Amino acid sequence: MNTPVIELRELVKTYQTGEVEVKAVRGVTLNIQRGEFVAIMGASGSGKSTLMNTLGCLDQPSGGTYRLDGVAVAGLDRRELAKLRNKKLGFVFQSFNLLSRTSAQDNVELPLFYTQPLVTLRERRQRAMEALEKVGLGSRGGHHPSQLSGGQQQRVAIARALVNRPELVLADEPTGNLDTRTSIEIMGLFQELNEAGITIVMVTHELDVAAYCKRIVVMRDGQVISDTLNGNRRTARQELATLNDAEQTARLG
Amino acid sequence: MFTLIQIIFVRSGQTALIALRALRRNKLRSSLTALGIIIGVASVVAMVAVGNGAQARITSQISALGQNLLTVFAGSKHSGGVNSGLGSASSITLADAAAIAREVTDVVAMSPEISTTAQAIANGRNWSTSIVGESPDYLKIRDWKLAAGSMFTERDTRGAVKVAVIGSKTANELFGPLNPVGQSVRIKNIPFVIIGLLESKGAGMGGQNQDDRIIIPYTTAMKRLTGDKYLRSVNLQIISASRMEAAQQQLTSLLRQRHRLTTGQDDDFNIFNQKEIADTVNSVSRIITLLLGAVAGISLLVGGIGIMNIMLVSVTERTREIGIRIAVGAQPGDIRLQFLIEAVTLSLLGGLIGVLSGVGAAQLVGVVADFHAVVSTGSIILAFGVSTAIGVFFGLYPAHKAAALNPIEALRYE
Ligand SMILES: Nc1ncnc2c1ncn2[C@@H]1O[C@H](COP(=O)(O)OP(=O)(O)O)[C@@H](O)[C@H]1O
Ligand SMILES: [Mg+2]
Repeated sequence: MNTPVIELRELVKTYQTGEVEVKAVRGVTLNIQRGEFVAIMGASGSGKSTLMNTLGCLDQPSGGTYRLDGVAVAGLDRRELAKLRNKKLGFVFQSFNLLSRTSAQDNVELPLFYTQPLVTLRERRQRAMEALEKVGLGSRGGHHPSQLSGGQQQRVAIARALVNRPELVLADEPTGNLDTRTSIEIMGLFQELNEAGITIVMVTHELDVAAYCKRIVVMRDGQVISDTLNGNRRTARQELATLNDAEQTARLG
Repeated sequence: MFTLIQIIFVRSGQTALIALRALRRNKLRSSLTALGIIIGVASVVAMVAVGNGAQARITSQISALGQNLLTVFAGSKHSGGVNSGLGSASSITLADAAAIAREVTDVVAMSPEISTTAQAIANGRNWSTSIVGESPDYLKIRDWKLAAGSMFTERDTRGAVKVAVIGSKTANELFGPLNPVGQSVRIKNIPFVIIGLLESKGAGMGGQNQDDRIIIPYTTAMKRLTGDKYLRSVNLQIISASRMEAAQQQLTSLLRQRHRLTTGQDDDFNIFNQKEIADTVNSVSRIITLLLGAVAGISLLVGGIGIMNIMLVSVTERTREIGIRIAVGAQPGDIRLQFLIEAVTLSLLGGLIGVLSGVGAAQLVGVVADFHAVVSTGSIILAFGVSTAIGVFFGLYPAHKAAALNPIEALRYE
């Protein structure tokens, strides 16, 4: 049997704020296999972001185990974690987290600067360009984040997550700040990536968005309360076509 | 081993690229930081250079007076509350001068001095200048050379001959580019033959132009121009600096005796001791240089505080940047190296511009105030060192703190 990409056993994360102890994640056990496309849903404050940050090795769990590709993350030091984030993981934030006053191209190149073995200048350029093309921004490499729309900024962030060819893309409410149409476009992009073999885990609190995923995990109060396969999956390509038709009709009428 | 060095080298190169991009991205912050360094370094370099230059000029002016010069001035005349200045009183006579030459040991040269102002007419031009009567020793005492012709002699003095040696400025006013030697000049309608042209000496201690004068034998001046039997002063050269104190004492008691001054009466003359003045002026100008240095040090400090402020204020923005970099896989060492390179680049660049503008400012002050600024290597090293240390420390400190954060904490930093 294949080792799961993500293997969580009784994962716990507790925040210590002054006197108060906040149990954000309280015992999550979950396996995610290669090639899956998982939506994590739940009300605000249910611990989704906390879980994602832990999965992305941006934060350390307080208890339980997390194995990434069979490796226990708890035993790794800062350097090894940095390497994991650089090579294996691509993280997409709700608030984009792009470097301001820096071109889209340079933002996408950023992870390659920190890659071992070193990436040559030409390869860096080329891979960033490819990633930008993949998200449909091939012609916007020179634009700064302030010159791009929210959806375009999120695409740049996705290109940055993809540039080092990760096995796993983690996205925390990637469509949270976007309008419906842009959201569908982003989901279409994720579906394409998933078809190309990349494992995707994303957080959303919108059922509409979760409907594009293959599997839906629901959290409440730091625990998983349901974990189901998505029976009637939506395809972004079709939706967009329908949307275009509707717009066409509206314009004619 | 070789590949390890290669990796470190290339990696530093990449980090340098990141650092330079970051500097370019934050032009305002970068230039403000550099400005703090520039101001600090420039002011230290400029002020020390100006101080040193001023000191050097004062020293050279004092030594331009001549070697081991002792000058006795007649006291100042008070009449009805009006002070007519040194040399105006009638107290020193030629007999006094002769007695000084006879009795004060260690005098190697002497020149009695008469001074007046008169119109000089020559070459169809008219120029008001100072006419000074001296002995042939005067040029030796003042360490002054002739540009052309010769000085008058003992015989000229004895015979009160109507010969003159002319200052370069006066010569220029009267004759322009013509050679004045051999020409005639009329002073108070008396014709003099010009036999020598003085080298230019520039502004004197009092700021007056020493080149605007005509020197004639003191005997001629007394007999034909002023008709006076009193001297303005007597210039004396003493054999060595160490004998000046003793000579001054001898001089004082001799003159008091000759003028029949009883104990309790003030001197009716004043003695100007070049060495004493030089010592005082030198110590004062050293203090001034030190003071300028201190002021500059304060501006270096203020510049440093400016750097510190900008660096600390930018922590918020940069912590998020650091968070992003760590989130995509930067090692803490990468972050520290990047900020080190940024800080060093800014400090070195700022320091360099600071040194250049400091030297420039010093030269400018030198041109305006007419002296040579003396840039000291010590001040450059000190200013450069201090500003670089401040820049590097406060550049690295926030980075060091932020690099130690959890990536998620760094990203959330507000
Ligand atoms: N850094 C933190 N310090 C303290 N409490 C936190 C922190 N981050 C999240 N929490 C708390 O943990 C709980 C889960 O938060 P989060 O994971 O952000 O939920 P979600 O993303 O599902 O809205 C919330 O109660 C939140 O207040
Ligand atoms: Mg959240």
